[in-house]
Amino acid sequence: MIVANKNKIISMAKNLSEDKTTSGRSLWADARTRFIRNKAAITSLFILALIVLFSFVGPYFAVWTYEQIDWNTMGSAATLGMPSIETGHYFGTDDLGRDIYSRVIQGTQISLMVGVVGATIAVVVGTLYGATSGYIGGRTDQIMMRIVDILMAIPFMFVLILLLVVFGRSIVMLFVGIGLLSWLDMSRIVRGQTLNLKNKEFIEAAKATGVSDYKIIMRHIVPNLLGIVAVYATLLVPGIIIAESFISFLGLGVQEPKTSWGALISEGAGTINYDTEWQLLFPLAFFIVTLFCIYFIGDGLRDALDPKER
Amino acid sequence: MSFLEVNNLNVEFNTADGIVRAVNNVSFSLEEGKILAIVGESGSGKSQTVFAMMGLLDQNGRATGSVKFEDQEILNLSISELNLIRSEKIAMIFQDPMTSLNPYMKVSEQMAEVLIHHKGLSKTEAIKQSISMLDAVQIPEARNLIRMYPHEFSGGMRQRVMIAMSLLCNPKLLIADEPTTALDVTVQAQIMHLLSDIQREFGTSIILITHDLGVVAGNSDKTLVMYGGQVMEIAKTELIYERPTHPYTQGLISAVPRLDDSTDKLKTIQGNPPDAMLDPVGCPFSPRCKFSKDICSTQAPELLEVGESNHFRACHVAFEELL
Amino acid sequence: MLNYIIKRIGIAIPTLLILIAVTFYLMHAAPGGPFTSEKPLPPQVLANIEAKYGLDQPIWRQMTTYLWGILTEFDFGPSYKYHSRTVNEIIGQGFPITLKYGFWSFVVAIGVGISLGAIAAIRKNTWVDYFAVGISIGAQVLPNFVMAPLLIIVFTLWLGWLPGGGWHGGDWEYLVMPVIALSTSYMASIARITRSSMLEVLNANYIRTARAKGLPTKTIFFRHVFKPSLLPVISYLGPAFVGLITGSVLIDIFFSTGGMGYFFVNAAFNRDYAVMMGITILVGALTILFSLIVDLLYAWIDPKIRY
Repeated sequence: MIVANKNKIISMAKNLSEDKTTSGRSLWADARTRFIRNKAAITSLFILALIVLFSFVGPYFAVWTYEQIDWNTMGSAATLGMPSIETGHYFGTDDLGRDIYSRVIQGTQISLMVGVVGATIAVVVGTLYGATSGYIGGRTDQIMMRIVDILMAIPFMFVLILLLVVFGRSIVMLFVGIGLLSWLDMSRIVRGQTLNLKNKEFIEAAKATGVSDYKIIMRHIVPNLLGIVAVYATLLVPGIIIAESFISFLGLGVQEPKTSWGALISEGAGTINYDTEWQLLFPLAFFIVTLFCIYFIGDGLRDALDPKER
Repeated sequence: MSFLEVNNLNVEFNTADGIVRAVNNVSFSLEEGKILAIVGESGSGKSQTVFAMMGLLDQNGRATGSVKFEDQEILNLSISELNLIRSEKIAMIFQDPMTSLNPYMKVSEQMAEVLIHHKGLSKTEAIKQSISMLDAVQIPEARNLIRMYPHEFSGGMRQRVMIAMSLLCNPKLLIADEPTTALDVTVQAQIMHLLSDIQREFGTSIILITHDLGVVAGNSDKTLVMYGGQVMEIAKTELIYERPTHPYTQGLISAVPRLDDSTDKLKTIQGNPPDAMLDPVGCPFSPRCKFSKDICSTQAPELLEVGESNHFRACHVAFEELL
Repeated sequence: MLNYIIKRIGIAIPTLLILIAVTFYLMHAAPGGPFTSEKPLPPQVLANIEAKYGLDQPIWRQMTTYLWGILTEFDFGPSYKYHSRTVNEIIGQGFPITLKYGFWSFVVAIGVGISLGAIAAIRKNTWVDYFAVGISIGAQVLPNFVMAPLLIIVFTLWLGWLPGGGWHGGDWEYLVMPVIALSTSYMASIARITRSSMLEVLNANYIRTARAKGLPTKTIFFRHVFKPSLLPVISYLGPAFVGLITGSVLIDIFFSTGGMGYFFVNAAFNRDYAVMMGITILVGALTILFSLIVDLLYAWIDPKIRY
């Protein structure tokens, strides 16, 4: 007889839950262990922390500010503007006699900030949009996703440059613009995950046993979304930094005297013919090392939170 | 000449967390035209046993021991040597027919390539023979259906396609790895019927892997019970049912729900399957065995014949104590 | 199939119209018209110029005229900056150049990317794999604006093998560095995607079936593994196309190749809205067309896609 007897099922469930021969570890504890075991990710996290720290503490060791011009080296950067401790230009100077050390710090702050702000905007917009679409489902979902499809087919860098030209180049415009252009992938991922979760047996089981909607969302949906959002947010940051650097490289992004990695790389690249390679190499090194670190952290997070991918 | 002889087969996997021993010293034999059932719960090593025989272990897997098919050693042959045996002499069907058929190729393509490669047929001839094989496994309108993709078939039909595909080269041995697990109960019975029809009509020997003792009962000559990668008991199927001599087998049989049973409690074997990461010391079943003695956890029992008629068991506890 | 194509085109057209409308309104929302310069023009002259470009008309009128011009004659109107040239002439000059190195970049990214990823997957955990993974991880942090100066340092300044810029009708020595700079990061992404999708396919149950069928390794690879492994790569082609065409802007500036990007950035600095709008719309149309092709390709490979 398979007629369900409530007491029997409860006692069976009790037996199951008391049977702790293989003790379950929580998803997050498990993920943390896996992440800590990932040497590349941990090393990257450490280096990234140093870079962030440097961008805050660095100015206290600077002899020159980022907009100050050293008239001695101006125009003869190749001979007098070499990196040196004595002149206080640890990373050398640019053609205008400005201190690369201070400018790299300034650029690092701006570029990291773009990455964080842009990713935050993209995460908030993308998650809200995707979760709404996935949770409501049906026709609304179809229309919302169609809109994403349409937006995806638009070459955004061109539109962004257009925006910057029309409304004037400002950092706020740049940050918001990039953020608003990066949420599409996020919304798709979140929507897929929400949809997936909605139909999972454990959600249905929870519903069937009378767990409230709020509890289902807080205990099952949110923790399951959190992982994937964290992973993709991390992987989003390098793309946003690259986008900003691209625009600044073209001279359409951050405006003087402020600067960013892209602008610095552009300046350095413009003078590679004149034996002033430090103008390129220092900002480039910061750019590459930081991106590497973020990618490794993102990969580490993904491996940690999504063991299937291993 | 013996048909199939497996001796001291071991399978290990090298994983990030260490070496996993999936199969330990498994030995058995099979006579031509007979059906052997290998029974055990998930993780008991039953699938890995046959994967090792066919050279289908994952890349991190390693098999040692001996597998003799018609007096030829086939374990760890090179791929080109194995390919002379696969399909032509030993064919295999798998648990989940949805994922085991290539979803991106038409059924006709997947079947025809076997004949084109092994028999050197032309494509049209190969498709013609494939259609008659589909007819043989009772797929209606095979001529039209063969042009479809796997996802356009139902689960049971897919498994029939799988079976038809495995029979194309008329193999002497068919290995069926949980062929009915992913299917509905009614369809399960049909597939089991089909397999015994095949055995009767073509004289094909079959190794049937299952975790479902109910499937074994009417459909096999010999039954091998595995636990924790080791053979617990092996005997004629009737003997396994009528006189199980191993505590694990006894537990398995009493856990099969029966309609005439009046108690409303499901019988289970207490505890969980062993962790294959740990080096096996003693009998793998001992932690869950209610007859367990001191020796059980320190020394592995040998597979010994009980009394008469090729009935083997691996247990320290005397047969009489179990009754 | 036909239904599917019609449906996709049904999405493509509104997308393009939205793009045109948005860019058009943006242009006109700009504070100050295109002819407000540092030296204010006499009102009479300004009115004349605006009349010439139709800027005195109501905005919807301007837009329909503009749209009509594009649809009937493929005419994007006159440049606001170079009064004697039309946008069409400017695009006509830049587009073939962009097309040439863009095409080769695409070919290199796909060809090298897929081969590298496939070899890495087949020879998993060997030095070939580590090499390929190393390259593809490394190239992720080497976007075009980093690759371009590095290439010039190595091939022009150190080795002296290649000219540092210019086009000269697209001779190969002028083509090499733009193509490498533009394709590297996409090549790397394609290699990564190919590797991971192929590893997944290699682990699929149906590959085990193919092995159990006794097919030779080569047959298994080309008949069973290759096609499904390409599906994720195909989905990536759309974004890669957008990335390449965006990157071409930088290539044109850095290598002085004189493609569309050069005119776009120039127009951006000169507030030449007509040129910017023309190029944006053209690029948008190309992108939409390309994503249509990609979708059809995907549907052709994956039988589970219902049209």
